[in-house]
Amino acid sequence: MSMHHILKTSRSRLMLGAAAVSLALTGAASAETLRWARVGDALTMDPHSQNEGPTHTLNHHIYETLVGRADDGTLVPRLATEWGISEDDDSVWVFKIREGVKFHDGTDMTAEDVVFSLDRARTPPSGMAALHAAVEEVTAVDDTTVHVRMSGPAPLYVQNLTNTFIMSKAWAEANDVETSPNFAAGEEAYSVRNTNGTGPYKLVERDPEVRTVLEVFEDHWDDAPEVTEIIYTPISEAATRVAALLSGEVDIVQDVPVQDIARLEQTDGVKVVRGPENRNIFFSYDMTSETLDSSNAEDNPFAKPEVREAMAMAIDREAIRQVVMRGESQPSAAPLPPFVNGWTEEMHAFPTPDVERAAELVAEAGYPEGFSVTLNCPNDRYLNDEAICQALVGMLSRINIDVELVAQTRSLHFPLIENWETDFYMLGWGVPTFDSQYVFDFLVHSRGGSYGAFNGSRYANEELDAKIESLATMTDLEARNAVIAEIWEQVMEDRVFLNVHNQVLAYAMRDDITLDVHPENQPRMTTVTFE
Amino acid sequence: MSQTEQSQTERGKTPGRLARAWDSDIAWSFRHSPVAIVAGAVSVLIILAAIFAPLIAPHDPFNPATLNLMDGFTPPMEPNAFTGNVYWLGTDNQGRDVFSTILYGARISLFVGFAAVILAMVLGIAAGLVAGYRGGWVDGLLMRFADVQLTFPSILLALLIFGIARGFIPPAYREEMAIWVLIVAIGLSDWVQYARVVRGATMVEKNKEYVQAAKVIGAHPAKIVLRHILPNVLGPVLVIATIGLALAIIAEATLSFLGVGVPPTQPSLGTLIRIGQGFLFSGEWWILLFPSITLLALALSVNLLGDWLRDALNPRLR
Repeated sequence: MSMHHILKTSRSRLMLGAAAVSLALTGAASAETLRWARVGDALTMDPHSQNEGPTHTLNHHIYETLVGRADDGTLVPRLATEWGISEDDDSVWVFKIREGVKFHDGTDMTAEDVVFSLDRARTPPSGMAALHAAVEEVTAVDDTTVHVRMSGPAPLYVQNLTNTFIMSKAWAEANDVETSPNFAAGEEAYSVRNTNGTGPYKLVERDPEVRTVLEVFEDHWDDAPEVTEIIYTPISEAATRVAALLSGEVDIVQDVPVQDIARLEQTDGVKVVRGPENRNIFFSYDMTSETLDSSNAEDNPFAKPEVREAMAMAIDREAIRQVVMRGESQPSAAPLPPFVNGWTEEMHAFPTPDVERAAELVAEAGYPEGFSVTLNCPNDRYLNDEAICQALVGMLSRINIDVELVAQTRSLHFPLIENWETDFYMLGWGVPTFDSQYVFDFLVHSRGGSYGAFNGSRYANEELDAKIESLATMTDLEARNAVIAEIWEQVMEDRVFLNVHNQVLAYAMRDDITLDVHPENQPRMTTVTFE
Repeated sequence: MSQTEQSQTERGKTPGRLARAWDSDIAWSFRHSPVAIVAGAVSVLIILAAIFAPLIAPHDPFNPATLNLMDGFTPPMEPNAFTGNVYWLGTDNQGRDVFSTILYGARISLFVGFAAVILAMVLGIAAGLVAGYRGGWVDGLLMRFADVQLTFPSILLALLIFGIARGFIPPAYREEMAIWVLIVAIGLSDWVQYARVVRGATMVEKNKEYVQAAKVIGAHPAKIVLRHILPNVLGPVLVIATIGLALAIIAEATLSFLGVGVPPTQPSLGTLIRIGQGFLFSGEWWILLFPSITLLALALSVNLLGDWLRDALNPRLR
């Protein structure tokens, strides 16, 4: 059956014209500066170099994507006003590009810039490549129409575009950044510290890890936001971050330490908003190599199913929730959050820990004396990441797994996974497409080309690889969901992931500010309103 | 001086080694300085408690298998809400008994402090003796090197050395070697003061008659330096070493506080303070307070001892 998608008409903004007029009249009369603090900085300002939450969060203010995602998970128009699958060919996506959009340097955005940006994003070492693996060719049909030819029908491709930013082709060529810098290799490039987007704010000052200042872009196509200036400050120490809010030094703290939520809620002039994040926190391990670099075992203990099963029996998720997270988490054995298509109640359920049986399993696997291994953890990325790792060290030592913990900043931690330099690591995975395929592409598919960039387990299953690749072009959603379920069944059986919980977010702010928790933890300061 | 002689004549017999030590200038000065007595007592108490930690501590906080996460955040002297266990000074976020962790943490802090001072002292004395005795280009080279190093704050230098040293160690051994890397980092960042003092003293001593005499009878330069000059320059070195110990302990705490020192599963005092600092606003004050008091008491008392020693060894203050 051939697909009969007609170009989907977007919600047009009738108020747009009126808003532009009112902006022209009021100008910058009501200048509002918002001082925004969170635990870490964006890793780079390059729009395609890293597929990472805090990096996207900041870049979303400067650059824009073709489609955006609303708080309820639906897609909304951004630089594309309409999109749909071509009537003539069901493997071609058609995007209508918004007219009258200007880059911060004053030049017009055209379909050529969109073609350039999508090509740049899908070419390694771009961190976004896996999202565009099924793209064969991107062409500009006219000034406002872009065709994306897929390797086959790809009905869900548009879901992958919510973090792929559009940049200026002329600017990239002038500054020698036609390809994305290689983040894992530590490559420097002009685009790492300088930007030229179409977004609501321009970058005016960038001091990595210290301070980033954004100023409202007067020629932006959309309604003018209430916030006219953003001062973004990474503060890695939890207590210092909270103190900065209490003392009025910052207005919004995005990563509120769980231990301080209760106190902040009781403080006058400060409020806390909470909500579940579309992100799960898990451990994974090298289950494929012959030996482990950091272990005293002669072979690879993680390659043995008994050891992986024992670890799953030893972890006490409920204790982590109660003590480490103070109740602010959703323990789960499923390596994906409930927001995501493919999540099931069965995957979510976990048994009560059985330390004795787990210790026996380790012995049965051939380690009567146990074994040692190093665990790599970030200490400034997820809520209480280091404390969760420390708790796991204690739980594993009870089953004779002697874990050395290395907790370090995320710019040092993530390359260990990307370069296969860790045997055992913590990772949190948000799912911007709200679909399991995203998890499979990055974490389950064997590494190669645009697949498996964060597959640190070295897991490689040819049969699964084929199934994962087939998902991109399946048009029958029921059959597709059945394949997703099959893949998850195998992944759960092989215990590729040792999941801990789904994150619950809390933002604290001055009580005259309104900002909702964003399920992808990518709050937009354009949505901030003041009382 | 006269007091010592007086007491010896009063007893009217040849005193033994202990008695002679008791009667020495230093001991006399110590007995008459209340600050030195208190500082000495506190230092000895903490050092003994650290040495005998495995005997005194109710738990072994470095053995993660003995920890129960559910014991976490127990306030001092109050039963835990889940397990009912009571701890004198409470527990930290991982359910470690704070009292035991302080004892074990002080062990690491003191070990790193002593070892770093010994390393700095050996390097500094060697460089100072060679520079002072040989003079010329050797002196110029060593002292310019020392001058350059002095322009960097020692904690920055320790951070740099720590980073470089870790780069050379294979990942599998990094955590085991962390303490030794810390010692080398602090020791290497601190040798300059010893070298400068020893060089100055050596230049004075080498022109004295006893050294000239040794030269005349044809003694080997190494022998002259080690047997004759070294004992006469050790006084000021001892003073620097004592104050240096306090500084090394603080340097270790600073590095661990910054998160580059010992692993969080084997906390030193600095690591404990870093952990406790995160819980200041949520009301778990004991995790920060008790390790801080211990570090303060230790560093202050060793420093006061150093001050006293400097005065006691300074002939002009007598």
